[in-house]
Amino acid sequence: MSDILLAVRDLKVHFPVRSAGWRGAHCHLKALDGVSFDVRAGESLGVVGESGCGKSTLARALLQLIPPTAGQVLWLGEDIAGLGDRAMRPRRRGLQIVFQDPLASLDPRMTVGDIIGEPLRVFQPELKPDQIRHRVETLMGTVGLLPHMINRYPHEFSGGQCQRIGIARAIVLQPKLVVCDEPVSALDVSIQAQIINLLMALQRQMGLALIFISHDLSIVRHLSHRVMVLYLGRVMELGHRDGLYRNPLHPYTRALLSAVPIPDPDLERARQRVTLTGDLPSPLAPPTGCVFRTRCPMADRRCEEHTPLLEPAGPGRQVACHHWRRNADT
Amino acid sequence: MIRSSPPAVELQHDIKGRSLWQDAVRRLARNRAAVASMIVLAVIALLAVFAPMLSPHPYDEIYWDRIQMPPDFANGHWFGTDSNGRDLFVRTLYGARVSLMVGVLATAVSLVIGVIYGAVAGFVGGRVDDIMMRLVDILYALPFMFFVILLMVMFGRNIFLIFVALGAVEWLTMARIVRGQTLSIKHRPFIEAAHACGVTRTGIIFRHIIPNVLGPVIVYVTLTVPQVIMTESFISFLGLGVQEPLTSWGVLIAEGARLMEAAPWLLVFPATLLALTLFAFNFIGDGLRDALDPKDR
Repeated sequence: MSDILLAVRDLKVHFPVRSAGWRGAHCHLKALDGVSFDVRAGESLGVVGESGCGKSTLARALLQLIPPTAGQVLWLGEDIAGLGDRAMRPRRRGLQIVFQDPLASLDPRMTVGDIIGEPLRVFQPELKPDQIRHRVETLMGTVGLLPHMINRYPHEFSGGQCQRIGIARAIVLQPKLVVCDEPVSALDVSIQAQIINLLMALQRQMGLALIFISHDLSIVRHLSHRVMVLYLGRVMELGHRDGLYRNPLHPYTRALLSAVPIPDPDLERARQRVTLTGDLPSPLAPPTGCVFRTRCPMADRRCEEHTPLLEPAGPGRQVACHHWRRNADT
Repeated sequence: MIRSSPPAVELQHDIKGRSLWQDAVRRLARNRAAVASMIVLAVIALLAVFAPMLSPHPYDEIYWDRIQMPPDFANGHWFGTDSNGRDLFVRTLYGARVSLMVGVLATAVSLVIGVIYGAVAGFVGGRVDDIMMRLVDILYALPFMFFVILLMVMFGRNIFLIFVALGAVEWLTMARIVRGQTLSIKHRPFIEAAHACGVTRTGIIFRHIIPNVLGPVIVYVTLTVPQVIMTESFISFLGLGVQEPLTSWGVLIAEGARLMEAAPWLLVFPATLLALTLFAFNFIGDGLRDALDPKDR
């Protein structure tokens, strides 16, 4: 398995939180609690889950923008978890990120050319200004921006164009893996499609691996080879796209998938929904045992007492549920 | 059938984007009070530099026969003469040189120190921030006049000591302002993005933080200049500032106030110029704030 770019092992990110009041007691917000997965070269891994489940924390922890509390992040076989700024810098070349808010992730005082060229200036200081400019202009063409807009400022662009700038900045160093942290959720639907198609085209051309974080299951289905479902900072299910969408094993995945609207009124009316009751429990005080048991239709005593581990359930498939076998055939 | 027509304009030249700074300049140029103030300031500065050359009288020449004379255009004493028989017009403009120089230089010193100090404290954060800002608090607590008198006693009266003393005090507020601004932008996604691109911490401070906190800083600068001029006047008023025969507005106003009843022109001319300058700086500061922060209005 030499083509594994990134291997994450039991990654934990806990934030210390002080409760209200003078010298309030310390407790930990477990944003990520034992996440493990692999990413292979050229593949795209979709990460789905509702808000507050740790998706964005995962993106930041992978890039060491937030130091992980425990666990390993193996990038090309070496552990980068907790590396300092200086040690991390050369490794950032191959590992880039696209942010959720297109405009806010661009420095308002810099021109587009400066923004896209910034990674080049950092990693290839030997390049002359006109060489950088040439590279930036070529790249702007690649991501669908008109190269003569190189001297414009971010506030002069629309959201979709800003996201193209963000993507150009992420791929200018020809990275191996780009983490996309909800890159389209701030855009409207027609623009979403353009950005998704751009990402897929870039992936084909450059052999990029993508980690695509989203709460939109249809987009993830369109774009991912494999899908990982997160709930309250834990992996619920991980598997190949078709298998997971056709036959979800975890009750949470089933509930998520049944909430996706079908763009056909007749089918939409006829379909069965699994409705979850209640809200996401507080990550400050997660339930004992299985974190999903408070909302799970299948929960029983065992779920309360024993935390289900992520176990293999078929080729390339992993599920963290005591009862997944009951879902396997239905 | 609607056919999409090809773009009518040939887009061959680069479109020059309008930066936020250029937008601000444009808005500032529409602010009449600010533009008028800039003209007034420019006139005062030009007069301070060139006018003494035009006058036939040197600033330290004592005319024994014309002591404390009211303004008289016939003999070239446009503002009259002071109690020592020296030409007030030339002395007022020499005073303008000193006052403006003190204002600008001391502010520049405070700007450089304050911006870098505040940005570093805010961006690094944690214990470094605590220590750096407590140091600022301690210096704040030091009485300013005590500090100036101490310097004067130790090094004697020297105009550069005034720059040092004023700069050393004014940067404290600047550092606080910049730190606050830095705290508010350091968690913005574009800083995180720069980090992810491998930009060093120093690079982030100088390339991303400082350009983005400069708006409020520029406003504060235009308000610091009059404050520094006032403080210098105050020091000079107390007799701790510039040394005779050199003069500043503060010295002239002190003398004018002493002789207000016998020779009002000694007070009126320097005080009017000082007030004009202070007004001008304040209007420019006001205009800049509106121009840089259009959402605030």
